[in-house]
Amino acid sequence: MNQPQVSMSTAREDLRTEPKIIRVVIIAIAVTFLTVFVVLPLVVVFTQAFSKGIGAFFAALSEPEALSAIKLTLMVAAISVGLNLAFGVIAAWAIAKFDFRGKTFLISLIDLPFSVSPVISGLVFVLLFGAQGFLGPWLQANDVHILFAVPGIALATIFVTFPFVARALIPLMQEQGTQEEEAAISLGASGLQTFFRVTLPNIKWGVLYGVLLCNARAMGEFGAVSVVSGHIRGETNTMPLLVEILYNEYQFVAAFAIASLLAMLALITLVAKTILERHLDEGQLPGD
Amino acid sequence: MSRGEAGPRSSLPGFGLTMGLTLTWLSVIILIPLAGLFLKSFELSFDQFWSILTSRRTLNALKISFGLAFAAAIVNLVMGTIIVWALVRYRFPGRRIFDAIVDVPFALPTAVAGVALTSLFAEKGWLGAPLAELGIKVAFTPLGIFVAMIFIGIPFVVRTVQPVLIDLDAEIEEAAASLGANRWNTVSRVILPSLVPALLTGFALAFARAVGEYGSVIFIAGNLPNVSEIAPLLIVIRLSEFRYADATAIAVVMLVASFLIIFAVNRLQRWAQTRTPAY
Amino acid sequence: MIEVKNIVKKFGTFAALDNVDLRVANGELVALLGPSGSGKTTLLRIIAGLDWPDAGEVSFDGENALAHGASERHVGFVFQHYALFRHMTVFENVAFGLRVQPRAVRKDEAAIRTRVKELLDLVQLDWLSGRYPSQLSGGQRQRIALARALAIEPRILLLDEPFGALDAKVRKELRQWLRSLHQEINVTSIFVTHDQEEALEVANRVVVMDKGRIEQIGTPGDVYDNPATAFVHSFIGESIVLPVEVRDGNVELGGKPLNISADGVTSGASRLFVRRHDMAIGVPGSGAFEGAVRHVRTFGPIQRAEVALSAGEGTTVIEIDAPRDRELQSGDIVSLHPRRYRIFAGQD
Repeated sequence: MNQPQVSMSTAREDLRTEPKIIRVVIIAIAVTFLTVFVVLPLVVVFTQAFSKGIGAFFAALSEPEALSAIKLTLMVAAISVGLNLAFGVIAAWAIAKFDFRGKTFLISLIDLPFSVSPVISGLVFVLLFGAQGFLGPWLQANDVHILFAVPGIALATIFVTFPFVARALIPLMQEQGTQEEEAAISLGASGLQTFFRVTLPNIKWGVLYGVLLCNARAMGEFGAVSVVSGHIRGETNTMPLLVEILYNEYQFVAAFAIASLLAMLALITLVAKTILERHLDEGQLPGD
Repeated sequence: MSRGEAGPRSSLPGFGLTMGLTLTWLSVIILIPLAGLFLKSFELSFDQFWSILTSRRTLNALKISFGLAFAAAIVNLVMGTIIVWALVRYRFPGRRIFDAIVDVPFALPTAVAGVALTSLFAEKGWLGAPLAELGIKVAFTPLGIFVAMIFIGIPFVVRTVQPVLIDLDAEIEEAAASLGANRWNTVSRVILPSLVPALLTGFALAFARAVGEYGSVIFIAGNLPNVSEIAPLLIVIRLSEFRYADATAIAVVMLVASFLIIFAVNRLQRWAQTRTPAY
Repeated sequence: MIEVKNIVKKFGTFAALDNVDLRVANGELVALLGPSGSGKTTLLRIIAGLDWPDAGEVSFDGENALAHGASERHVGFVFQHYALFRHMTVFENVAFGLRVQPRAVRKDEAAIRTRVKELLDLVQLDWLSGRYPSQLSGGQRQRIALARALAIEPRILLLDEPFGALDAKVRKELRQWLRSLHQEINVTSIFVTHDQEEALEVANRVVVMDKGRIEQIGTPGDVYDNPATAFVHSFIGESIVLPVEVRDGNVELGGKPLNISADGVTSGASRLFVRRHDMAIGVPGSGAFEGAVRHVRTFGPIQRAEVALSAGEGTTVIEIDAPRDRELQSGDIVSLHPRRYRIFAGQD
């Protein structure tokens, strides 16, 4: 239906487009805006990171502080992606494969973290586990450290990345319906066999898509983590937090070196996302 | 064995188990912590609550966050429409790259965006220097907050409107032309009105995101109380001062506001659906 | 009068229209009939100004239509999927063409209201004027689309597969309704369809198209009874088609002479077209073909028989319709003779 606007030499008037001058102005505005607000910030990150040469860049990354931040970030991302993956698949099974009342409401509850300010996402855990929080006294009495420690950072990250996998899978699994699973069950497969042999192959690209976005956000989360981390150097600083600290100490090369790693992560995520979207589109073709 | 407990109208197993796990995990991670926030706010009397919110610094922080987020969302609405139009309707070199790049503000960690925008718009930065010559200071002023909020909001408008414009039936434009409409009439009376639900949704999402935005704003903001201090930063400051009550009160107001926005978005989506012809 | 001369339209190397000529007199109701890809919709869109030909002329009452874009031609166009504006009520949809007129000629609000009311009355849907398109049934949308196109008082009304998206029952009702509406308003109309029944039942004249060319123009009776080409014969009505060979004016099937006239074809591989009900059944030895009845089904006044013709090497099975005055049985050996038939040179 939507044919691209091929230039037809004899078309005296192309109904669906504007005069050339307007086209040029609109393209110029769009390109300028995106360049100023998106391209230039990206370019700045990399030029600053390499402004003192490649040696300074790698020196900054091999500081013990930097290494420990990278390690912590990877660990927190692994925990939160793993847990949210398990939850996302389980929730999508319950929501997409069965009919029940309140389904839309349940989906909006899962979406909730998307609409909560990152700072508030951190705050809620401070209110639960902090010294003045609901569980604070008990935690202190039993010497359990959640806030200003890895568990708190992981919890805050799980909170902000909570919806990603489930949201990627629910529409996909709803569209695929239940017929194939019902066929498998009728042929004698158990529930788990049905899931691993029938459902999972159908949703693998969707799973990957959700994991990808979940991971990008988990590694990059700043506001929520900042509130619960306590900024203990070499212990509870993730990469984004270290960027802040180094930047505020005017260690620009080091700050942008870490930032450039995170920017690379974002760019790789975007490329992978584009490829996956193509796979997902193809997978959906026979469906409709 | 578990077949008996399957949900209504399905012969598949595992409904009870997966639904149970879903509700448990949802409660532990999301619902209980959020409920804790509201519970904490009930420890305040209404007068306390009110005096926190109406204190000059809080009021100014809320004004700055909501006011600038609204202004930035307006800019995103206008620029987003232009960008979508260029990406969907025209062919130009680099179009696919620009299309992909729209998602950068989604994917780039906010702290990275924050430091990048700051050095770009600082007085000696690539854009800050020429602007300074014109007498315009961006970094460390409210204008900087505005810029960061525009950055963070672009993809919301573009990505909500883009699919709607792509799916817009070519026939309705031809119908308008055959009924005697010139191009301007077709665009203003037929195409743009068809996009209104998507435009408003994108606007609301960009607004909600900018109100709560923290990472990309605090570096460029200057963070001067009453002038360039956003509400999320004030929450962080109150926390570091152990004034939990203050932090909670501000958070509750922001949370309720974002729930209202999400509610409005849902209504918008339903409205858009009733206007869609079902062939 | 609409005049289309030597229209050529190519999409890449594909010739959508290949030298098409057509004249439509004022007040006619013409059907463009053809399979998909025959160029009929492209021709309609060129007349409307929605597409532009690579060569050729289009004129309305002698005036060059190609000098004007779609918005200046005053052509009412009804789209296959109606293309109603979904954000406007039925009333606003119909009023659209009146509201976008240049200020100098635009009617005032009261006049617009009167006119829209008239049109909604005409299509018998004035009670829907406050609804949105999504709240209408397919048939109602179709009629609103028609009212909207008529609002601009078009000199020509063009309809692209007007009943294509409707279910069978509604389609039938709308056909009759469209014909009587045309009698009432008498605006020159052209509609595109791939459904022969629709074309034969609704139009005054039928233009049969294939592969970008016009195969035949004629009344519904003409195109059915006197098909001008092999394509028309096989496209309209059901036909028995037999590959025959013409040698020195003699027609042969599988090497066996049929003793019928060659219908003007002089020699070479050809095809014989016969309508099923034009095969007369006689006693063996009396007709052009001999065959064995394999299977008989009866529907009301007719019986449909599968007959295996013995034609040189191998057999060809055809289906014929015969009146039930003489009951056939499987196993009967019969002679068949074409009462009316056409022979066209060429094997396809």
